[in-house]
Amino acid sequence: MVVMKMKFPFEKRVKLAQGLWLLSWCATVAGATTFTLGCLLKTELRRRAEVMDNSDVHIVPNTLMIVGLASLGINYFASKICQDALDAGRFPRWKNFLKPYFAVSSFFTVLMLLAVIMSYAMKGSLESSLKAGLRNGIRFYKDTDTPGRCFQKQNIDRLQMEFQCCGNNDFRDWFEVQWISNRYLDFSSKEVKDRIKSNVDGRYLVDGVPFSCCNPSSPRPCIQNRLTNNSAHYNYDYQTEELNIYLRGCREALLNYYMGLMNTIGAGVLSIFLLQGSVLVSLRFLQTAMEAVAGNENTEIETEGYLLEKGVKETAMEYLNPVLTFLLLKNQVQEGTSDEAAPAAP
Amino acid sequence: MAVGKITFTKTEREKLAEVLWLLNWISVVTGAILFGLGLFLKIEIQKWQEVMSEQGILYVPHMLITTGLAACGINYLGSKICLDCADTNKFLRWKLVMMPYIVCTFFFTACVLAGALMCYSVRSQLEESLYLGLRNTMRFYKDTDTPGRCYLKKTLDLLQIQFQCCGNADYRDWFQIQWVSNRYLDMTDSAVVDRVRSNVDGKYLMDSVPFSCCSTLSSRPCIQHNLSNPAAHAHYDEQSQQLNLWRRGCQQALLDHYTGIMQSIGLTVLLIWLFEVLLVLTGVRYLQTAMENVIRLGDPESESEGWILENSLAETACYNFNIIKNLGKCYQVDDDPNINVPTAAADREVPSHQVRVNVAS
Repeated sequence: MVVMKMKFPFEKRVKLAQGLWLLSWCATVAGATTFTLGCLLKTELRRRAEVMDNSDVHIVPNTLMIVGLASLGINYFASKICQDALDAGRFPRWKNFLKPYFAVSSFFTVLMLLAVIMSYAMKGSLESSLKAGLRNGIRFYKDTDTPGRCFQKQNIDRLQMEFQCCGNNDFRDWFEVQWISNRYLDFSSKEVKDRIKSNVDGRYLVDGVPFSCCNPSSPRPCIQNRLTNNSAHYNYDYQTEELNIYLRGCREALLNYYMGLMNTIGAGVLSIFLLQGSVLVSLRFLQTAMEAVAGNENTEIETEGYLLEKGVKETAMEYLNPVLTFLLLKNQVQEGTSDEAAPAAP
Repeated sequence: MAVGKITFTKTEREKLAEVLWLLNWISVVTGAILFGLGLFLKIEIQKWQEVMSEQGILYVPHMLITTGLAACGINYLGSKICLDCADTNKFLRWKLVMMPYIVCTFFFTACVLAGALMCYSVRSQLEESLYLGLRNTMRFYKDTDTPGRCYLKKTLDLLQIQFQCCGNADYRDWFQIQWVSNRYLDMTDSAVVDRVRSNVDGKYLMDSVPFSCCSTLSSRPCIQHNLSNPAAHAHYDEQSQQLNLWRRGCQQALLDHYTGIMQSIGLTVLLIWLFEVLLVLTGVRYLQTAMENVIRLGDPESESEGWILENSLAETACYNFNIIKNLGKCYQVDDDPNINVPTAAADREVPSHQVRVNVAS
């Protein structure tokens, strides 16, 4: 049962070849664009790598880069094939090349679609990575003298100022962590000693935030310390004060930024996927139409083109059988040798 | 004695015309570049115009923008002229325009040079403007409720964060102004009242700075208050003090920023000027004189000479100077040949007296 049979008179074949040549060059440019988008996304993710716990989300830009490079090759060959297609003398040399070519091209095109789906599906993984990374960053904020952690303070400060956010979920995360190092505490002061004693773990916790949480849009000078104490500051209400410090959490800010970036890239890559798919479908029709012409003296007859000679399931089995026999054959050889060894033993 | 005389054959003239056509198109592109540079500089200056006391330095980008547009127009015309110059017949219709075109090109290249030199000379004006502007902005930092000044706090905070600077000359400038508004001061508190009274003008001054002065490079949480008293903070040694706040003043930071931009722009404009003068202006002048000499000789196929100046530099200068001198004399009558020349009949003129006429009755 043939899938999608279409009739192709001579002029239609010529038009198909010409349109396909143009389309394949557009698709080459699109492939380069995909590669560039992948590089862009990877650079942006690496810039904030210190606040991400794992790099699972990097699979999206890596896939995009691989697919971009592969599509450059695929479309280059597509343009060469359709140039030779109308010439009955030169087309037969592509005969053996086309079957593996279509297999590889379909694989990479499906991979492109998978990359788009992944860019939407990785949101959960990215969120948990950011949550763990930011929690560590806030915890190690004070450790500017510990090797490996000495730049956490600078990174967190710059992050909060650039993304206009404070803390992990919100600014109250700073209340639960000692972000002032013991090196800068005066242990002879009564106030410090009281605070440390009142805490189970002996940590110096304050209801204050670092200066990088301050909002420049506030009409009054920034209040960083004793945030929950209304009487400590003149004309100040903790509950209604909105402009003093950034109220948004950095996890939400970073997640929105990266999801926005990935959604835009995903939409672009989806349209490139459609373009690439149409190139492959047109090439298949051209190939089958030209194969029907082969052998005839009159090259201008009307022929039929189709997508798949047999049904979808049978074609899939046809491609998978060599792979399976290769794997199964190995097993069979191993079984065979053990059978031979067993009777030979006794 | 002509300056820079070269003999051109017919093919050489045609080649010169073609090369000049290409050079003129390149000049259109460089004119667009000039325009772009002027626009970029204007946007950069307007980004921080609130911390400048006057907008006087805007004449530099305006000059670059106008010169860029003029360059595009003049060189587009030039490319048309040069294309037609390859053919002697077509050259005739441009004959009258050639001289004014060369004069215009000369003046506009002078403007390009002036633009480049302006970029280097504007530094002192910028310095003064920034000093006064920053001083005013710092003074109005607390006036977030006054219309017209309510965004100065945000602008100054963002400036100090972005350029990593504090205050005008340095952070101590903040000690001399009241940057906390009276709305947020508890006037019933004795400490506040003491501080206000101890000051002659009744200002609430403290040795503190706003949060935007805090340096991200410091290894300890930012110390903003009691800055004159290092002993008030635990383990606040010399090194901590150096890293705690931004050390540079915002006047210096902005001055360096704009000087850097204008020096790069000035260099690019100088290179464009060199290209214009050495290649385009000289080439067009040679083409014009060569074509005029061909027409004077009458034979389109013959060789002709081209030069930059017909006579030597001194003679041309005298000639032009005389033209300018005589321009003002068009309505004076000193040159009238009929004045003060004695007429032949003057001494034979006899006074009239009565002549008796006999009337026949």
